[in-house]
Amino acid sequence: MFGYYIDIAVRSLRRNKVLTALMILTLAMGIGASITTLTVLKLLSGDPIPQKSARLFYPQIDPNTLDGYVADKTKPDTIMTYTDAMSLLHAHRAKRQAVMALTQAKIVPQHANDHPYFTDGVMTTADFFGMFDVPFQYGGSWTADDDESRAPLVVIADFLNEKMFGGGNSVGKIIRINDHDFRIVGVLKHWAPQPRFYTQGLAGRDYGDGDAVFMPLQTARSMDMGPQDTECFASVTDVQHLETAPCEWVGLWVELDDSAAVAQYKSFLDGYVRQQINLGRFKRSDTALLDVMGWLSDQQVVPDDAKLQVYLAFGFLLICVVNTVGLLLAKCLRRSREIGVRRALGATRGAIFTQFMVEAGIVGLTGGLLGLVLAELGLLGVRHEPAEYASLAYLDIEMFLLTFVVALVASLIAGLLPAWRACVMAPAPQLKAA
Amino acid sequence: MDVLPIFASLRKHRIPTLLIVMEIALACAVLCNAVFMISRRIGDIHLPNAIAEQEITTIKLRGTDPKLVTSDIPRNLAALRNIAGVQAAAIASTVPLSHQNWGWSFGLTQASSVTDQNNTNVTLYFLGEGADKTFGLQLREGRFFNATEYADSTVGNAALPTTHVVIVNETVAKQLWPGQSALGKTIYSGPNYFTVVGVVADVLRPFVSTQNEQKSYYATFYPMAPDPALGYYILRSAPADRDRIMKEAVQKLQEINPAAVATGVTYESMRDQYFANTSSMVWTLTLVCAVMLAVTAFGIVGLTSFWVGQRRRQIGIRRAVGATRGDILRYFRTENFLLSTVGVIIGMGMAFAINLYLMQHYELSRMPWYYLPGGAIALWLLGQFAVMGPAMRAAAVPPVVATHSA
Repeated sequence: MFGYYIDIAVRSLRRNKVLTALMILTLAMGIGASITTLTVLKLLSGDPIPQKSARLFYPQIDPNTLDGYVADKTKPDTIMTYTDAMSLLHAHRAKRQAVMALTQAKIVPQHANDHPYFTDGVMTTADFFGMFDVPFQYGGSWTADDDESRAPLVVIADFLNEKMFGGGNSVGKIIRINDHDFRIVGVLKHWAPQPRFYTQGLAGRDYGDGDAVFMPLQTARSMDMGPQDTECFASVTDVQHLETAPCEWVGLWVELDDSAAVAQYKSFLDGYVRQQINLGRFKRSDTALLDVMGWLSDQQVVPDDAKLQVYLAFGFLLICVVNTVGLLLAKCLRRSREIGVRRALGATRGAIFTQFMVEAGIVGLTGGLLGLVLAELGLLGVRHEPAEYASLAYLDIEMFLLTFVVALVASLIAGLLPAWRACVMAPAPQLKAA
Repeated sequence: MDVLPIFASLRKHRIPTLLIVMEIALACAVLCNAVFMISRRIGDIHLPNAIAEQEITTIKLRGTDPKLVTSDIPRNLAALRNIAGVQAAAIASTVPLSHQNWGWSFGLTQASSVTDQNNTNVTLYFLGEGADKTFGLQLREGRFFNATEYADSTVGNAALPTTHVVIVNETVAKQLWPGQSALGKTIYSGPNYFTVVGVVADVLRPFVSTQNEQKSYYATFYPMAPDPALGYYILRSAPADRDRIMKEAVQKLQEINPAAVATGVTYESMRDQYFANTSSMVWTLTLVCAVMLAVTAFGIVGLTSFWVGQRRRQIGIRRAVGATRGDILRYFRTENFLLSTVGVIIGMGMAFAINLYLMQHYELSRMPWYYLPGGAIALWLLGQFAVMGPAMRAAAVPPVVATHSA
């Protein structure tokens, strides 16, 4: 029976090629636009470290004066002073903890004739790699002792290893960063979480390639490497010696395994702040401890434009669906005679209804297929956009399936009204008119 | 034209009527908001910037030895001035739209502390000698810095320069001292103070604020002797020479500073890069609007054609009893006009509601009222255009159809 419905549907769709083409094209454009923008939004708002995002937390405290402070309304600062971050790090109250800041690292190539170049660098402490599950190809992390002894060690990314050493095991080799020699202790496998959650608040890029070099924070600072962003909350005379300046420029991440550990850490953080207030260093008592996804939404990492485009695309899809309803209805009403004949010959209302829904479904699936092509074209367009996430815009299998679900649902919704109209039509007047 | 028969006929075809009205309403609502977003972004892309944008090339030099700047900077500038076609060369700490911001908050009284909420956060541009002329800053009031002021100012490891003079943008002058001349007035931060000696036409900051256009112009300028804070070499030349000069300048700076990294860009392309995302959003929105209008038009064509097909006999009868082709044409056009009117009224309400929603959840401003009638007129015209074809086909129905049996 279903085969018969499909046969009738195809015949009917063929009878009016322009109208059919118009319906399919309209639906395809709506679906293409929606899937393109949804893919981009999904990419931008994804979980950068799904296996661990609920166990990684970003502590925040607030060393600012009481100027402009409104109790319970003022959020604590996004970054910390070096003093506070190091005190919290050395307290070892979490399973793992790391302090970090971003810097621009000047790499001097191995060959004498090549020009030096700048790349993205992370100044951090030893736990960074273990805490964020950073995968190593060769070697491994430096140790906490290396941090304290300011050892000139570096972990480099796969792409830098490829560029400088042709991808071989370069552990133990020396590279020159900002005119200082560093010994390579580890080479990463490809690692570029999207969005780059650990750079939020530190004035880094949100998406795109990963960082190229990772250096011990104290080592890099002893060589005068500066952070990307510095926020001072009192007048400063010396921004070179940031460790002692009233300026915030580092972020702290901690790993906490369960809710008990989280509660414990939060009370430790509150206690630390109270202690600082008693010492007269702090005035504000607010603290925060957000996990990865909470921190990303707090930082509004997903660009507004991406969300607006999704709204726009769904508005457009709605228009396309209304349009398809109209065209299907026009087609259906034109066939009232045929329906009358079929009803008179014994077809039930259910049969007529099913047949029209099958017809709508065929339009939907064809529209979905074409919509998929359009979405691929749309994503090709997005990849040529200048945005930093552009190169990541590829359709994944989930979105591929969603395309067909959206297409089918959209077309079946569009088909409901015409199908209902068709099946409630009284057969007699139609036959008489014929 | 009598509209009553049209109403009577529409009442018989409630569902198609409703569909056309809905389609027009949705299109109107989306169109108004999309066009508003497009125009806001085009406004951002064209923000005025009172420097000689078409004649400037910038070379950023990073990774130099900070201890040697006092000898390096004059040497580099001399080398750049030797390049054929370079009319002027100078150095600055940053340039407008470079994303590299040096900001600080100032108050109007000596007691103002850094964190005072009433302070104004502004960008600090440090200018090496001659940068005013090289940028092509336009003096509105007062004077530029003199040679002594340039020679006496450094920033070193501090956050603020040692000078006590400042030149401000017109917007800053108006904001801080409304209705008065800014000349001779002073801005304070802790022990530092700066007296305004000049006011210049508005220069953009290293980043622009999309929410508050005014804030995009909160910039101040300070003189500076060779200092590690200065890293942007600014070259002025005829527009045609820029690309060649940029290549030669990068090569020359790289040659005499082998340990440093020189990157060059014409100011024009720096501005284009800054707004690249914005302009690609403009193109996306424009494309979606165009396709949406096309879809709406096709929908109207489809439904009206169906209507015409259904009413062939009725049209034939009307023709037989004396209606002219013009009457038939007018009938369908009036019908479409009525449907469009209802559609755009609902659509304008929806457009307004969508704008309110977006204002609450995204940093979007209120849509000026004229977007609503603008969108309405666009859809009226679109409706009339789309109905042309089917209406002509209706008008072509010969009166003899009336005599055919149904």
